[in-house]
Amino acid sequence: MTYALETAERPETLRRVAIDPVSRVEGHGKVTILLDDASKVHQVRLHVVEFRGFERFIQGRPYWEVPVMVQRLCGICPVSHHLAASKAMDAIVGATRLTPTAEKVRRLMHYGQILQSHALHFFHLCSPDLLFGFASEAGRRNIVGVAQAHPETARRGVLLRRFGQEVIRVTAGKRIHGTGSVPGGVNKAVTPAEREELLKDIYAIVGWCRDAVRMVKELHGQDPALYNSFGVFRSNMMSLVGADGGLDFYDGRLRARDDTGKILFDGVDYRDYRRFIREEVKPWSYMKFPFLAELGAEKGWYKVGPLARVQNCDHIRTPLAEAERREFVDYAGGSPIHAPLAYHWTRMIEMLHAAETIKDLLHDDDILGDDLLASGERGREGIGVVEAPRGTLIHHYRVDDDDLVTLCNLIVSTTHNNQAMNEAIRHVAKRYLSGREITEGLLNHIEVAIRAFDPCLSCATHALGQMALEVSLVDAEGREVDRLARHGDGGVLRGGGA
Amino acid sequence: MTEAAAPAREARPAARKLRVATTSLAGCFGCHMSLLDIDERLFALLDKVEFDRSPITDTKDVGECDVGLIEGGLCNAENVHVLREFRARCKVLIAVGACAINGGLPAQRNHLSLPRLLQEVYHSDPGARYGLIPNDPELPLPLNKVHPLHEVVKIDHFIPGCPPSADALWKVLTDLLAGREERLGHGLIHFD
Repeated sequence: MTYALETAERPETLRRVAIDPVSRVEGHGKVTILLDDASKVHQVRLHVVEFRGFERFIQGRPYWEVPVMVQRLCGICPVSHHLAASKAMDAIVGATRLTPTAEKVRRLMHYGQILQSHALHFFHLCSPDLLFGFASEAGRRNIVGVAQAHPETARRGVLLRRFGQEVIRVTAGKRIHGTGSVPGGVNKAVTPAEREELLKDIYAIVGWCRDAVRMVKELHGQDPALYNSFGVFRSNMMSLVGADGGLDFYDGRLRARDDTGKILFDGVDYRDYRRFIREEVKPWSYMKFPFLAELGAEKGWYKVGPLARVQNCDHIRTPLAEAERREFVDYAGGSPIHAPLAYHWTRMIEMLHAAETIKDLLHDDDILGDDLLASGERGREGIGVVEAPRGTLIHHYRVDDDDLVTLCNLIVSTTHNNQAMNEAIRHVAKRYLSGREITEGLLNHIEVAIRAFDPCLSCATHALGQMALEVSLVDAEGREVDRLARHGDGGVLRGGGA
Repeated sequence: MTEAAAPAREARPAARKLRVATTSLAGCFGCHMSLLDIDERLFALLDKVEFDRSPITDTKDVGECDVGLIEGGLCNAENVHVLREFRARCKVLIAVGACAINGGLPAQRNHLSLPRLLQEVYHSDPGARYGLIPNDPELPLPLNKVHPLHEVVKIDHFIPGCPPSADALWKVLTDLLAGREERLGHGLIHFD
């Protein structure tokens, strides 16, 4: 399988430029670009450079431990992993249906997370590019620069994130890596005092989210040619959609559309995900490349996340976000928008929807209930799927009679977007870099395209590498602590016998 | 919104700002998120601190710094390289969080041999196409075991927690800014 600019014909004759590390994203990634003497771009790749092995070392752990352990995949969206694993483990304890209190407290936790993660991404990480320009001075392109030039914008970003984190703390026990969700339900409801505390701020938060949507629309309006064309490519899209066709981050069925908006599949029970999604491995990234099985690897890759979700659903249940969704759909004139920078617009619509949903849940007395857990016939296999801030997140486990995990498979949001991000940066490289003298500002254009997808690269590290290499780890006194050699055939030897 | 009280300004001359670099090695960015959980105290911090290399800035290489904050342990050759650069350029180096201090959850793989891990990760994944393992020279080599930072360089301070709370990070940073010995004390030392 080949894509334009994925693999140069004679890489040894070309000059290499690297962006290492990609900054203002979560996780560890780098971009390499190969250019010829005339600075024509021949190859562009986003590499995920780290390996964890969660799927393997989770085996042998008790199932009830998993929702807390797997959060350590990602400190930005730990709640996503907490809840996807909990949903999978609900099937192990036979909780086919949660109590209303448990389901609503979990939803509150999840929508709190969508709010904080989207605020962090837009204000702390991306707003400098959009406010100052992609090629603006590198030293100013950060939240500190925003705080100096646009103090109110920076302050609201920080306080929006704080509110989302507080919703998580109230429902999960801790802002990061909490313990509130357990197989079969939750271990804590919301207290009346906690509800009052959150209700004090929620109306201001909804208002600020509306302002954030307005801000991103204004940015589009100031330079529509840039926002509609930057890094644009067409692809399929996939997300969960709620039972009523509405936008839903916590539960639903899988729906996919092609690049024209035509539905490819709909109403798919996510427990059948393996029939619809396959993954491919490429030699130059630890991150795998998923694709829709029916279309094959070359045509079946797709986008997930806000841009896919907002265009995939039929409606949004909350009125302010629904009005914004309609305006977005009208802007496109009936055909899907594929522009990466439109991710920001849809992300802010989702943030508004999250705030409205939190407000509604805070007014629902079920969150104060004391019926927290459900159980039923013991199961052996569980599959849990949620829409994480960055897209569809799939957790799949098998558990043996001793309650220990025997299989774990994770397909995380950012992995779904792997091919899409690579396509976006190849388009940007061809349009902005090729044939020109490479400057820091031009290289930041590549990162702007990556950031639009809000990648979470440490979530996305699945596989192992294989190359002939030798590394020794030496401590502060010069003593060798560890030594490792890996040969081209994949054989790995440890210690001096390399 | 309720605003947290502004921290008392230290009675110091308007000295040069403290230069701080941060990075995440084999971590999950949770410690960086906890640092951002100081919320609006961030703006007070920015009066006294400037950031060098950090995931929240576009500075790619660490320069001469007063303080380096490192999240995550060492899982590959590149982590070791970055750690050594930080040690060489930061006067004070702080290991932040469980992974930096003892390897944390990524070190759960330490009881498995790397070849076996390689085999089993690929063969426990029901959806993948098998037969290809990433082998590009652009990818750093994974270490056989995940190591804590202090096994490789001298570490000046340790802040435990998974992640350390925002209050714990704030206490250490404000102690350093005031020239006091950092002290977490009751309620701020925790390991979960």
